[in-house]
Amino acid sequence: MKLPISWLKDFIDVSDLSVEDIARKLTLAGMEVDEIHYVGLAMPDYSKGEKHEFKTTGISWQKDKLVVAEIREVMPHPNADRLTLCDLYDGSEQHTVLTGAPNIFHLKGMGKLDKPLKVAWAKEGSTLYDGHAEGLVLTTLKRTKIRGVESYSMVCSEKELGISEEHDGIILLADDAPAGMSLVDYMGDAVLDISILPNMARNANVIGLARELSAMTGRPLKKPTIQYATSGESIEGKVSIEITNPELNPRFVLGLIRNVTIQPSPYQVQRRLRLAGVRPINNIVDATNYAMLELGEPLHAFDYDVLVERVAQIDNLRHDIKIITRNAADGEKLTTLDGNTRTLTASNVLVCDEKGSLSLAGVMGGAESEVYDASKEVLDATGVEAKAGEVTTGKASTRSVNTTNILLEGAAWNFINIRRTAKQHNLPSEASFRFSRGVHPALAEMGVRRGLQLMAEWSGGAIAPGLVDNYPLPPKEAVVDITPKEVKRLLGIELSAQKIAELLGHLEFECSIYGEIVTVKTPPHRLDIGEGVIGVADVLEEVARSYGYDRIPETRISDPLPPQVGNPIHEWEERARDILVSLGIQEVVTYRMTSPEREGRLVSFDDYTRIANPITPERTTLRRSLVASVLEIVEKNARAESLSLFEVGPIFEPRKNDVPNEPRKLAIVMTGRRLASAWDVKDSPAMDFFDLKGRIELLLAGLRYIDVSYVPTDSVSYLHPGKAAEVKVNGQVIGVFGELHPLVKEKYEVGDKPVLVADFDLDALRAASPAYGIVPVAEFPPVFEDIAVIVDESVPAARVEALIKQTGGKGVSAVSLFDVYRDEKIGTGKKSLAYNLTYQAADKTLTDAEAAAIRNKIVKRLEQELGAKLRG
Amino acid sequence: MQDKLNAIEKAALESLESVKDQAALDAWRVAHVGRSSPLMQVFAELGKLSKEERPVVGQAANKVKVALEAALAERTEAVKAAALAKALEEEQLDVTLPGRTVNVGHLHPSTQQLRRVLAILADMGFQVYTSREVETDEMNFQMLNFPPHHPAREMQDSFYVEAGERGDNPILMRTHTSPGQIRAMREYAATNPSDPPAIRIALPGMCFRYEQVTTRSEMQFNQVEGLVVGKGITFADLKGTIADFAQRMFGQGARTRFRASYFPFTEPSAEVDAECFVCGGKGCQVCKNSGWLEILGCGMVHPVVLQNGGYDPTIYSGFAWGMGPERQLMLRYKINDIRYFWGNDVRFLSQF
Repeated sequence: MKLPISWLKDFIDVSDLSVEDIARKLTLAGMEVDEIHYVGLAMPDYSKGEKHEFKTTGISWQKDKLVVAEIREVMPHPNADRLTLCDLYDGSEQHTVLTGAPNIFHLKGMGKLDKPLKVAWAKEGSTLYDGHAEGLVLTTLKRTKIRGVESYSMVCSEKELGISEEHDGIILLADDAPAGMSLVDYMGDAVLDISILPNMARNANVIGLARELSAMTGRPLKKPTIQYATSGESIEGKVSIEITNPELNPRFVLGLIRNVTIQPSPYQVQRRLRLAGVRPINNIVDATNYAMLELGEPLHAFDYDVLVERVAQIDNLRHDIKIITRNAADGEKLTTLDGNTRTLTASNVLVCDEKGSLSLAGVMGGAESEVYDASKEVLDATGVEAKAGEVTTGKASTRSVNTTNILLEGAAWNFINIRRTAKQHNLPSEASFRFSRGVHPALAEMGVRRGLQLMAEWSGGAIAPGLVDNYPLPPKEAVVDITPKEVKRLLGIELSAQKIAELLGHLEFECSIYGEIVTVKTPPHRLDIGEGVIGVADVLEEVARSYGYDRIPETRISDPLPPQVGNPIHEWEERARDILVSLGIQEVVTYRMTSPEREGRLVSFDDYTRIANPITPERTTLRRSLVASVLEIVEKNARAESLSLFEVGPIFEPRKNDVPNEPRKLAIVMTGRRLASAWDVKDSPAMDFFDLKGRIELLLAGLRYIDVSYVPTDSVSYLHPGKAAEVKVNGQVIGVFGELHPLVKEKYEVGDKPVLVADFDLDALRAASPAYGIVPVAEFPPVFEDIAVIVDESVPAARVEALIKQTGGKGVSAVSLFDVYRDEKIGTGKKSLAYNLTYQAADKTLTDAEAAAIRNKIVKRLEQELGAKLRG
Repeated sequence: MQDKLNAIEKAALESLESVKDQAALDAWRVAHVGRSSPLMQVFAELGKLSKEERPVVGQAANKVKVALEAALAERTEAVKAAALAKALEEEQLDVTLPGRTVNVGHLHPSTQQLRRVLAILADMGFQVYTSREVETDEMNFQMLNFPPHHPAREMQDSFYVEAGERGDNPILMRTHTSPGQIRAMREYAATNPSDPPAIRIALPGMCFRYEQVTTRSEMQFNQVEGLVVGKGITFADLKGTIADFAQRMFGQGARTRFRASYFPFTEPSAEVDAECFVCGGKGCQVCKNSGWLEILGCGMVHPVVLQNGGYDPTIYSGFAWGMGPERQLMLRYKINDIRYFWGNDVRFLSQF
């Protein structure tokens, strides 16, 4: 909603407040000002270090340089046919001003004008927008000679003053504009661009905003008095209204005005409409838009005579019009005034006469009937914004010659239904914006009367007495009881019943006090106040806003601290993340949405959780493999020399007709060089299976799992069958890891180095019991010894180590493999495994003889069980 | 004899002058104070002297020995110092060569920011509560006071999930962490339905909106909500809690302001702005010259939501607020492209 300050001032006296003050008050009360656009009024001077509060655009008019003046005569330029010289009076002196404005060209050489033209005159040294430049370029007016005639001032177009893009002619002000008056005093303005919240639809208009400001400042609201003279025959009996579904159309009001003369609206009306973002069309369309912007009720104007003609086509003896509102038939077609033929559904509501549909209720006028000509292109208010680009003023004025009698509609519609309809047909407009957020039916009558009043004022028409008003379903009047105790309980402030009533009174709630109970009646312009406990919350919010959020104190919670239960799962995962990071692995976070094709490079599944409305074909399902997601990130970073990445997060396992399971996973992917190249590191080897395994060992040790084993596996389709292992913790498989299968790796653009991946089931891992005991630090010195044994290739290293530990028992405190060696001397099919053994006793210093005894026992055992031979 | 000792001393000291390194020092020691040195010969032959001569010569020889040893010690120090000086002069590194690094892992910036937020909240007594990312319409909207077709739903366009015919309760990607409010309240209330316990929790997690991915908008983002429910929780408490939180989050002295706003699940509702921490309110690109940065949305928990969670709104009250870690990071680090977060370029990630 764009709010020109000048318009606001029609309804509230804010002359002592700055534009920023007004914007601040509205913003804090929930009507957030996104931008202040200055159109003349003085902008704050930020160069002096004043703090910014709002995004600010526009121009300020220099008070002494830009003034109202009058053109008394338009004379030819001696050397240029397309230019004129104006005899201009600025309230004290005569000047000659040169202009090329086409809209006064016809007065050239007509002598002294009977009625001087009031214009916006810029003196030498004025700073203005360059009317001829693309976009907005500031320029300063200098003394110059144009075709031999000296020029030092200019009469301005809207573009030059920053009012609009209009540069086709100069501004012609109202006849009563006082020559000599500073332009900024006459019509300096600023426009607040305000976001309207869904529950504040009532404020998408000038009066609504003035009312809020009145509540926030305690100043009176100057409510408009809508009074006008009527003449001619009453509307009653000439028009009737049939509402078939009051739930969808609670009220429908019609008024009639005769003998209007269609012409441009007064300049100040056009200016205000432009500033409010609505294109002026002519006095009739402008009146509907003006009334809508002012009161919030969208109006729709019909050419009365066309409707009468349509009745006559059915029965030439009749000239009474019957307006019918009804649901569309499924599949019914309507050509809306933007020229599109739309297929309707039964939930759409149509405004019709007996001949057929006239408009899509509350959303846009229709083009099916002849009213299309008269009311769509010329007079439709509901679609003005949507069609603004197509309608030219010229076109409008030729057609409007015939339009003399106007039937004006103001109605109320079910906001949910309008919202769905506008969305269904993708028809956003000023009208559907308001109707889809809720417009109180009480405004229908007020809107029609205001519309008629403005039409009469601007077009010279005569308003017919009476209105036709069909109001089958007035909204339930919400009444809420509220007490100072509730205010204290929920807002934390002490307010008396009187004070509560006063605060709400500013927002036009009717309050009555019985003891400690304030009974609050909702004013007839708002639909956002509920009943019962909801109503209490709704009203409390209004008390808080009216009191001012900024005046409510900041307190600390006095309620005792609730039980501190923690979140073991979250804390455990955070611990795992910390360990992974400490191991040099980078965390990534990827999209939950992927596609079967993307994941299919790694692994395929029978079923997926599918997105019903994917935003891109790239992301149609929820991920089932975390490894696939991390691999994509490896691909994206393929230029990196070395990558070690992990992600912790959910995957999604579909369940029929239900939300999916969301098990937690850990994926690790590593590839590239072990060490980063540097001035002293050349050609570091590529990371392999054991780089990943070492990190997994450290991760599991860090999470305090002792009973960990690694079992070869060839059953993971995407892993190299000879370089893959299952990880068991406490005997339970909790994950797999290994080198990516060469055929799978081919599908990824990841360079030539091996890619190592791990996929862990965090839920299973978390379920395994950790061991929190420690091994005491030995007090007695150890004896170190190396032994090498030759075994068959088929004997896993883990088996040898297990036997050493088992046989050595408490006498062996550490076993560490330091070499694996093969050659002919050892024999084919054999390997030598060399171990550092640490002999140590908890209670004494071992002698060499004792250590040798243990060693002999171990060697014997290895010989017996594995056919091992001690290497010399 | 004294002459002989004088000669020994003189010869030794003269010879010491040419000693320049450790090896020469060792050789000198053997030659002049070693077992078979002339001086030691004198000691060895003391027994051959008369009883009267013996102490005189002994004393004189001892004096020479002390003098030579002192000279040796002095010379040793000098040689060491010279060697060290030489070594220091020769061992010059190019200190501008890059240092030797190790592979370093970092937490994703979103994780880091979530931790910052949760750590502050933990200090304030808020427990972490996590819940599922795919939700029912009922939990994501209806229980939170968004009736079907309500205009407020327009603020949160959703990704729906195919799940067969479910009428007005389709399945969708949660648009906020707020369904966790209902889940938490119900969990807490179930422990004592007649007198449910107070709640003070933080709800972090990934959320989803139906939005094209651009520099300014994302289809998935993290959110953290705070939720307080109890028997005496007021709007003033909300203001105080947010002010405390902002001081911790944005620095002592961080100014905040409350603007009235609208969320279906809170009432009264507010949005909170912090004075721009980039320009201090003077106006800059980050705050778009407004001097303020919108940092969170909040409000008193709506009575319908309390009711749906199993808390009687005539007895209990509460407040909740929500904020976006990625937005906080963008403001703090002047990140102008939100796509960096899930793009996971290591050149971005490694800067945090």
